[in-house]
Amino acid sequence: MKNKISCTNCKTIEILNLSDKELVNFSDKNVLSLSIDEMKSIQFYFKKLKRNPTDVEIETIAQTWSEHCKHKTLTGIIEYTEEKHFKKTKKIYNNLLKETVFKATMELNKKWCLSVFKDNAGIIEFDAKNGVAFKVETHNHPSALEPYGGSATGIGGVIRDILGVGLGAKPLANTDVFCFGNLDTKNFQVPEGMHHPKRIAKGVVAGVRDYGNRMGIPTVNGAVYFDDGYMANPLVYCGTMGIIPKNKIDKKVNSGDLILVVGGKTGRDGIHGATFSSIQLDQESDISAVQIGNPIVEKKVLDTMLKARDLNLYRSVTDCGAGGLSSAIGELGEKTGVIVYLDKVPLKYEGLAPWEIWISEAQERMVLAVPQKNKKRIVELFNKENVEAVFIGEFTKDKKLMLKYNNYVVANMDMSFLHYGIPKPKKFAVCKVKEEKIQKFIKMTSTDLSKIFKSALSDLNVCSKECIIRQYDHEVQGQTIVKPLQGADIEVSGPGDAAVIFPYIAISGTKKGIVLSNGLNPSYGKINTYKMAASAIEESLRNAVAVGADLEKMSLLDNFCWGNPNNPETLGSLVRAAIACYDMSKAFDVPFISGKDSLHNEYSIGGKKYSIPPVLLISAMGVIENVANTVTMSLKNDGNKIFVLGVTRNEIAGSVFAKIKNIKDGIVPTVYPKESKEIMKRIYKAISNGLIECCHDCSEGGLAVAISEMAFAGDKGVEVDIDAIKTKGKLGVTEILFSESNGRFIVEVIPENESKFIEIFKGCVFAEVGCVREDKYVIFESLKNKIKIKEKSRNLLKVWQNAINL
Amino acid sequence: MKKVKALILRAAGINCDYETQAAFEVCSAVAERVHVNSLIENKNKIFEYDILAFPGGFSYGDDIASGKVLANEIKNKLGDKIKKFSLSGKPVIGICNGFQVLVKMGLLPDPKLFEQISTISYNDSDKFECRWVYLKTEKKAKNESNCIWTKNLPDVITLPVAHGEGKFIPVNFKLLEELNKNNQIVFRYSTKNGTIPEYPLAPNNSVEQIAGICNTKGNVFGLMPHPERYIFALQHPARESFDGEYGWGKIIFQNVVDFVK
Repeated sequence: MKNKISCTNCKTIEILNLSDKELVNFSDKNVLSLSIDEMKSIQFYFKKLKRNPTDVEIETIAQTWSEHCKHKTLTGIIEYTEEKHFKKTKKIYNNLLKETVFKATMELNKKWCLSVFKDNAGIIEFDAKNGVAFKVETHNHPSALEPYGGSATGIGGVIRDILGVGLGAKPLANTDVFCFGNLDTKNFQVPEGMHHPKRIAKGVVAGVRDYGNRMGIPTVNGAVYFDDGYMANPLVYCGTMGIIPKNKIDKKVNSGDLILVVGGKTGRDGIHGATFSSIQLDQESDISAVQIGNPIVEKKVLDTMLKARDLNLYRSVTDCGAGGLSSAIGELGEKTGVIVYLDKVPLKYEGLAPWEIWISEAQERMVLAVPQKNKKRIVELFNKENVEAVFIGEFTKDKKLMLKYNNYVVANMDMSFLHYGIPKPKKFAVCKVKEEKIQKFIKMTSTDLSKIFKSALSDLNVCSKECIIRQYDHEVQGQTIVKPLQGADIEVSGPGDAAVIFPYIAISGTKKGIVLSNGLNPSYGKINTYKMAASAIEESLRNAVAVGADLEKMSLLDNFCWGNPNNPETLGSLVRAAIACYDMSKAFDVPFISGKDSLHNEYSIGGKKYSIPPVLLISAMGVIENVANTVTMSLKNDGNKIFVLGVTRNEIAGSVFAKIKNIKDGIVPTVYPKESKEIMKRIYKAISNGLIECCHDCSEGGLAVAISEMAFAGDKGVEVDIDAIKTKGKLGVTEILFSESNGRFIVEVIPENESKFIEIFKGCVFAEVGCVREDKYVIFESLKNKIKIKEKSRNLLKVWQNAINL
Repeated sequence: MKKVKALILRAAGINCDYETQAAFEVCSAVAERVHVNSLIENKNKIFEYDILAFPGGFSYGDDIASGKVLANEIKNKLGDKIKKFSLSGKPVIGICNGFQVLVKMGLLPDPKLFEQISTISYNDSDKFECRWVYLKTEKKAKNESNCIWTKNLPDVITLPVAHGEGKFIPVNFKLLEELNKNNQIVFRYSTKNGTIPEYPLAPNNSVEQIAGICNTKGNVFGLMPHPERYIFALQHPARESFDGEYGWGKIIFQNVVDFVK
């Protein structure tokens, strides 16, 4: 009986004689998310083997071939048709990612990119001996069904990505970005079977808080975006950055190495997580696909695993994420082959079938490849701090995936089929590029402008997220030196553009820092996904530059969250965004180092399908040469001069102003990389030379919002001459104040430094527009148009601070 | 010169051990992070050190109540050693979760009694609060406190807090009176001017704004704020410093390193 496939807990699945239709039904019924072509490839493979597969084998293939693990849409064939001015152009992509995002990285070929697009996270150089790793993941579907557990395991998962990159990096900071439905949604507007956006928001924040805080990793950067389109399908992005010695980046597995599973026990939670993420949500969605997290177990793994790393006790490591052991071990053993004894896997409780053990996404588990000689030492090390560590198999050399349960063979497949047997899908993408029309000037009185200005400050997408930020321990580890909330003293605050971590404990004696920022503009994407992507990239870079980062040391992560890629228009809008990634990466000379996509973000209500507004989150990370040369965004001293750098254009479409006034026309903010790049480089020079007291990026809400944020964060007043602001062509006051043109910064300069400052920016578009006032009034005035807005700085702070409470 | 040795006690869920170690090292002490399991294996090891620190975190996930599980473990398995160490006059500090542990095993406010007579409970806001606060020091009270950790501080300082359970509650008024009488209340949350604050400057609505206490002898000290997160000016949100380089936390750690020397 020994090598024959059979076992009491393991079923043989009859597929050899199924018709095409029956194959599809089989996939649907078992949450496998496999297409007809994929089912037929499986059928063909087992026909060759002259036997039916077991349930373990079918499930293994489904996990490995899932969109979540394989990214088959973005790496598959796409036939893209673009229609612009009634002219159609066609292009075939054989692998969209390789031909856009990844291509830019290859062409830029930066020496300081140490590991890109191959491991669990991207790694760039920190100093001669160390690298920094960064990864951002999504956990959307689980968070829709179970907001607390979904987001907690989202953050837990991405922390493990950092633990599982190279031989393990030490996490230094977390980031999180959420998209929710509007908080004031009426109960009757909430689709049946879905949670209210407020409940989702509260649960998600609590999940990140409880997991992140317990792990002792500061949550230092993020964003929250509200739109009705995310009501039934919220988006939850979690990111982690960590530091790793350069000599721990390479990993390999040798035949004969033992497979050690470390950390949490395996249970029935998170079954089908990987495949379920490719299925639209509805009220029947199965909650057992959501994992259950325990941060203390993961903290213990973190404490001990890095010790084992430094003692060179293992040769390779990866985390158990989507697909569980099946993915982790399948990946590690791809080149060698493995034999795994499923009955040895520590279980939370009895009664799991072999396939459940194999694909469960139970949390807090890492898989290590351990040389035979370290067998005893490594287990002792883990056990000393009460961490479970159990050998469950061995890496072989026959290139087969062999799984046994109680001495019965329950799976025996070729690794080559598992990893390369998937047929390349072909999808169609269409994009009709809409023509954007210039919005006519909107004339408003001073009173109306004042009102709109305050509505913009209290808009959910602009207002303070303090009620969330303060729930996260963003200062644990003591290395957060540019914080998410910044101010002149501890009673006032404004929104920091980016976070800076000064790893003086992790890297003793260093002066360097790591900057983290993000860019996100879903409202632009509703009109133009190319511009959304371009703006997100620029915004993330602007944010980093504003605190003192060097554009030449920046890197990017892409995270696509889109609807159903089988819809050609949805896929077309994604292709446009990917093209923008290539164009901008090249233009700014900033490489992508890692990324992730989450497709199928749609839900059905009463049989009708709704897709989310697409989102490209760009997360940026860079190395800062000297942390002493970083600045914050709060105004510092009375009498200092205020400069606006960059051009203001009539770009109102997709803006906060357009949302408030319900304006549909207009031009979406465009990126002019040549202009922006020049300004960014010179800001770095000016900050490094100590010529800038404070700097803030101008984004959602426009100039009026950005300048007042600087004022109330500094507990200062400010006076701005609207007529002095440099514009492209003639613009009205409304457009100048609320347009969201890219490429703009506001800086504060001491009068004595003015001439040196101006010298640096020679040739760029910029203007002195006002000064810091001691009387604590924020004033915007245009003599030409007889407009004057005057508000108390502290009042504006309250408007901005008190808009939401979670 | 003698090298001052500090023991930083680790356990499952403790996560401020590295920065606490770094704080002592900046003050030129030797600090070692030691896991509670290894201390239990070798109980007398504790006497090789001059200073004992219980850092912040979420020991054992703060299941049951914050710090409770670790407090019980230490009291049951290391109780007599910890008591002896404290009564010998050597400096002991509990920060945040460490303070919760000291209070829940009863090492504070009275190590001689070594029984829990006060507690630290949920913030009135019912939220985890990560923010900077003003702290009024007891320096200018009628009788200056004995606390060896908080000497050389001005009337009001700033430090960050980060906790969900920080509301200090003594068992009864009598104890509160005693704490006041003996100058054991070392830090109280305050406004910038040293007056009684409201939320959020009073982050947890602690009884009499208590943020930190010591024993009567002044060597055992517990506080909710994090002095180890304000060693350098760069760590302050507005980068303030009393001398251009260091933050108030540095003085707290330097005080005991100098005391031991």
